[in-house]
Amino acid sequence: MQFWLKTVYLLYMEYEIKPHEKLSLGIKELWQYRELFFFFTWRDIKIKYKQTVLGFAWAVLQPIIMMLIFSAVGSAFNIPKAGIPRPLFVYSGLLLWNIFASGITNAGNSMVSNANIIKKIYFPRLIIPISSVLVALFDFIMTFTVFIAMLIYYFVTGQIHIDIVGFMLMLPVSIFITSLSTFGLGSLLAALNVKYRDFRYVIPFMVSVLLFLSPVMYPISGSHFVWAKYLFALNPLYSAIALFRTTFSDSTLHIYLVLISLASSLFLFVAGVFYFRKTEAYFADMA
Amino acid sequence: MMNPILEIKSVSKKFRIQHNAQPYLSMRDSITSVFKREKMTAEDFYALQDISFNVEQGESLAIIGKNGAGKSTLLKVLSRITPPSSGSIISRGNIASLLEVGTGFHPELNGRENIFLNGSILGMKRKEIQAKFDEIVDFSGTEKFLDTPLKHYSSGMQLRLAFSVAAFLEPEIMIIDEVLAVGDASFQKKCMGKMEDVSRSGRTILFVSHDLNAVSTLCKKAILLEGGKIKISGDTQDVVSSYLQSAGISSTWVQKKDISTPHFKSVDVKLKGEQPAHKLEISFEIQCTANMLPSFVAFDILDKMNTPLGQAIPVVEPFIRAGNEVRKYEVEIGLPAIIPGDYYIGVWMGPHYNETYDWQKECVEFSIVDSPQKNRTFQHTANHGYFVPESKLIQ
Repeated sequence: MQFWLKTVYLLYMEYEIKPHEKLSLGIKELWQYRELFFFFTWRDIKIKYKQTVLGFAWAVLQPIIMMLIFSAVGSAFNIPKAGIPRPLFVYSGLLLWNIFASGITNAGNSMVSNANIIKKIYFPRLIIPISSVLVALFDFIMTFTVFIAMLIYYFVTGQIHIDIVGFMLMLPVSIFITSLSTFGLGSLLAALNVKYRDFRYVIPFMVSVLLFLSPVMYPISGSHFVWAKYLFALNPLYSAIALFRTTFSDSTLHIYLVLISLASSLFLFVAGVFYFRKTEAYFADMA
Repeated sequence: MMNPILEIKSVSKKFRIQHNAQPYLSMRDSITSVFKREKMTAEDFYALQDISFNVEQGESLAIIGKNGAGKSTLLKVLSRITPPSSGSIISRGNIASLLEVGTGFHPELNGRENIFLNGSILGMKRKEIQAKFDEIVDFSGTEKFLDTPLKHYSSGMQLRLAFSVAAFLEPEIMIIDEVLAVGDASFQKKCMGKMEDVSRSGRTILFVSHDLNAVSTLCKKAILLEGGKIKISGDTQDVVSSYLQSAGISSTWVQKKDISTPHFKSVDVKLKGEQPAHKLEISFEIQCTANMLPSFVAFDILDKMNTPLGQAIPVVEPFIRAGNEVRKYEVEIGLPAIIPGDYYIGVWMGPHYNETYDWQKECVEFSIVDSPQKNRTFQHTANHGYFVPESKLIQ
């Protein structure tokens, strides 16, 4: 038997606390608590770079180093790169990958690391994993400035062509897809982590495995097997990275693969939020 | 007639207690339990059972009771941290709960940042915090350290800052759990004054405390919880005095097993008198045997963590003679001035100090509820020991 807390707004400021079974995202309540998003995100960003010499530079340094390594490895093994300079190819993948990786890592641990607050104060619990994704998006902004610089450099030197309209359109779309799946998987992991502490070990392992299954270093069109392409397309990040890259490279979009990936991203979002909302009432008892 | 601001309708909270279980599940346990024949033994435990009461607008209500009576669980249900297993609560105002001061304080952030973070977690709007910022800082007396990371604050300063943020909350209903026991005496006084202002300003307060003095000053009405149920509710003075009596109620232990060696059959303890001269009246029955050596008894007084605090031996030479019968004895133990809390008594019997017939290590329980110092408003903590020596200022 599953009960969870549901706040029924009867009149303005009048509500009932009782065991209940209906599910929703609770948008109205999230909106009432909107300032908390800001404060949790702001706190996590502040703390992340406190007492570090390089500060925000860390957000940029990590993907740059990864880019150098991946470019070197990619050149050594002559991995396809969709007709654009390899650093740009790798970095554009890493850009979105980093939102996903740091988002699910932070969100996945967020409920356990904020257990002391959860046990003492009520607020819509979804705020915490959402804030974790917002922190990842903040880091994205930093890494994105480097990307823009690279893009301009390669464009001016004539090494690439950019479909400006497509780029302006696809950039928010791919960020949205990435955030949606990051938030979905992140809140699923967060809820599971409260109940099964095994996920403390699962999450970092998952992140490193998924990096090699994502088209960061290679395009999935490079695969010789059709079934492998479909399998790779189950990765929600595939559509985000493919849609983004297509605006400045000569890779072609495989619409079915993109749709599969979009469906998988939507599924992660729904499943994650559903499971989170279903179990959140008992976080305080278990955390 | 206005509707009550809070209506609590037959609320129960059930916990499942798993024996030999870790506080959290691991996948291994979940997976192996599918294959295991024997399930983990689980037991239902009602932390709250069928609680119903109303709180009127502007009323201050105290919730008192021993440790484990369900006070904190009730507050958690009211503040929506944990859902009730059954029953419902109707609230007609916004609730701010202070189950702890300084929730969400982060040691790496400085005083200013923590005020904003904590205030926001407690439900204040950013503008509200900005408007009250100077008052909060002033009340806490930490203005010099606003830009210092919290980790460099003394614990007293952290608590003062935390309470100051909470003191400027303006919800319609305020739920407070023993957070007044903060800081030094002068800050205590300031806090109590602030709380009185809050209650006079027409806001509704629910206040849980062990501190009967604070309860009596702040609240007109009170509820006494015992074993998850409401034992009595009404005027604070009546409830408090009933609590003081009930706390002295006897606690009895009976040996249920069949034992062939000499042993305690039952132990019953009554707490009599008042601070600082409590008395324990212990009556016990001993099953003697024909071939036993003459024996004597000892009583350990232990705290909740089973740390022995003292031992009473009424007769230091063997006085219980052999014989195939049950013998009944009564002893009286005088207690020194002792801090409020729950204590255990362990009973021992044997013929010699290094030969034991029966030893029940935590057999019966008693609770001390009031402070040995009459006008003390701040809590006692075990960090400073259990006994309160008499002291006075001479010069």
